[in-house]
Amino acid sequence: MSLSWLILVVLAIAAMGYVMGRARALKSAGGDSRALHSLPVYYGTNVAMWAIVPAFAVLLVWLLAQPIFVNSRVLASLSDITVADGSSMGLVMSDVRRVADGLDVAVQQGAMTVDAARTLTTEDTDIRELLGGVGVALGSSVSPDVLRGAQTYRQLTGIGSVVMTALVLIIALGGAAFAYARSDADFRARNVVEKGILVLLVSAASIAVLTTIGILFALLFNTIEFFRLYPAADFFFGTKWAPSFSGRGGASDLGVLPLLWGTFYISFIALLVAVPVGLFSAIYLSEYASPRVRSIAKPLIEILAGIPTIVYGLFALLTVGPILVSMFGKDTLGWMSGGTAVMTAGLVMGIMLIPFVSSLSDDIINAVPQAMRDGSYGLGATQSETIRQVILPAALPGIVGAILLAASRAIGETMIVVLGAGAAARLSLNPFEAMTTITAKIVSQLTGDADFASPEALVAFALGMTLFVLTLGLNIFALYIVRKYREQYD
Amino acid sequence: MNDMRIVERDVETNDVKIAAKDVQVHYGDTHAIKDVSVDIEDKTVTAFIGPSGCGKSTFLRCINRMNDTIDVCRVTGDIRIDDQDIYDPKVDPVQLRAKVGMVFQKPNPFPKSIYDNVAYGPRIHGLAKNKSDLDDIVERSLRRGAIWEEVKDRLHAPGTGLSGGQQQRLCIARAVATEPEVLLMDEPCSALDPIATAQVEELIDELRENYSVVIVTHSMQQAARVSQKTAFFHLGNLVEYGETGQIFTNPTDPRTESYITGRIG
Repeated sequence: MSLSWLILVVLAIAAMGYVMGRARALKSAGGDSRALHSLPVYYGTNVAMWAIVPAFAVLLVWLLAQPIFVNSRVLASLSDITVADGSSMGLVMSDVRRVADGLDVAVQQGAMTVDAARTLTTEDTDIRELLGGVGVALGSSVSPDVLRGAQTYRQLTGIGSVVMTALVLIIALGGAAFAYARSDADFRARNVVEKGILVLLVSAASIAVLTTIGILFALLFNTIEFFRLYPAADFFFGTKWAPSFSGRGGASDLGVLPLLWGTFYISFIALLVAVPVGLFSAIYLSEYASPRVRSIAKPLIEILAGIPTIVYGLFALLTVGPILVSMFGKDTLGWMSGGTAVMTAGLVMGIMLIPFVSSLSDDIINAVPQAMRDGSYGLGATQSETIRQVILPAALPGIVGAILLAASRAIGETMIVVLGAGAAARLSLNPFEAMTTITAKIVSQLTGDADFASPEALVAFALGMTLFVLTLGLNIFALYIVRKYREQYD
Repeated sequence: MNDMRIVERDVETNDVKIAAKDVQVHYGDTHAIKDVSVDIEDKTVTAFIGPSGCGKSTFLRCINRMNDTIDVCRVTGDIRIDDQDIYDPKVDPVQLRAKVGMVFQKPNPFPKSIYDNVAYGPRIHGLAKNKSDLDDIVERSLRRGAIWEEVKDRLHAPGTGLSGGQQQRLCIARAVATEPEVLLMDEPCSALDPIATAQVEELIDELRENYSVVIVTHSMQQAARVSQKTAFFHLGNLVEYGETGQIFTNPTDPRTESYITGRIG
């Protein structure tokens, strides 16, 4: 039985359990739902919950654990073979998996029988040719060991999925039966369902938290690995970014400072554009605009936030860059030699950030109580005096929070930089020169033919970690300020 | 009720400060104020009483044109302060509000220091020549707001950190700092406890020396305690207006009598 069928069957058991549990509870109360502790719906839901939750939990754990278990068993069975030079056990295992998958495909397409796949030997058949015939291309001919591994692999996986299916079904039926047996008038089904909902919410929240922690650890281990290969001092204080492209063999300069500088410079220009424009438009929208104008203009500004950044990148490359060259290029001022520059990326990124600043600031300005405005108008202040001297100071912490969120967004932006600012890592003050940022370099270090054990590739994790720490710091700072602001009116 | 003995209270007649004639206010389709005409005297506390939604606050907000900040609100009729039509196009509502101060129902100090709260009005109107002048204005206003003694040592602490009663007196001090001629108070004690209320009421009585005070209140005892003149509003109409003592002891309109005896409200 395939996985999707298994899930459907469990759901069907749950649906049946719902109907039966509901009916049983009603019957135990003599058909009078008022005599029940909970509404009949809760009894049904309780049974369905007991059918679904434990079964799916076991299913999930099994699906995660089975490959690990099978891998270790297959590895153990292959422990006697010697690994060729330049290869590793990992490579052998990936060969095993590939052959096993190929055999699956072959059986499915009817190129061989199930028994044939099990008893196949390298002496009788050319497996490479056979699998090539069903569309699975192998890099080299299959060694007897790999074939043996693949057969063990298939066998274990097959047994595993049969056991899993049986176990999941038994648990689903058992859970449903357990809850069904308890469905009588006195059973507090409503409270149990309430707990079930709590568990659902808690698990949703913990997925988010655990993923963050997982990402952090993945970054951390690889970063440590990188610093084992490359001196940390050279990374943090090096002023030259020149990774060697051979992939292996040192002689790479991996100083983070030019990238950090590029990141900050571009973000700074972006904020220079986004903060005034966003803030002023927020002030206009929340204080001056009529409800009609507001209802049209606000969604229009927020559309800017929905444009994919790659489109902004194209805009930078094809529109803003050439315009800037025609204004500052060698025909006129001679400051700019090409369309890709800090200025190009900064301006376009600033446009992208306008809705962040304006939308958040608008909400925050609206949250300033009307009583503040009344108080100020009542003393004979004009509208702009009120905004400058009462509303903005009152909203300032929140606005700073909005700006910091926009800043962390700017620091993490990649696409606009790749297309708008170029790829040259440079320490320069001229905003019309091409520079690059941390994110853009992470992309270029990991794409292409990267050996993941070399410092040139691992540096991406150190860069990612640097970025993570930077934006995390900014976000925490922003949250701290926003929280402080909240306390003011409560 | 002891407070009802104010019939004998000596009420001298003063000049008319605010003269309203045939004032109508519409909120969109709602006719909130109907044909209200009233003469409010200088150096007098005038109380507006009436059930909720009767238009007393709306009428109060007409006097300093605070209703201008509400889009759907339309005011017609004639309101004159010192014989100057305040709805005349030549009148700048911002200037008018400097002359007609307002204290609101809920204390609304700005999230600034106590000093800056009081200095706010004088600063925007350029009332102080220099820093020491401003210091004087702040001290004088806080004294007039009967809060100087409590805050003189912490003028630079935030105004929002004061207690409710102190905040309201700070707001009164803030309103008098711009040297207004009329002080409008919209239920200034409704958010305060009895002790703070007593302090504010005492303050209102003192303010009468210099200003024409108009107070909207839900408490009839308060109206009786602090005011010399009382106006009773009902369903957007001004039902009765007269000496406070006379309104509370011998009302001419049966609706006034029903209200002050608690039968309508």
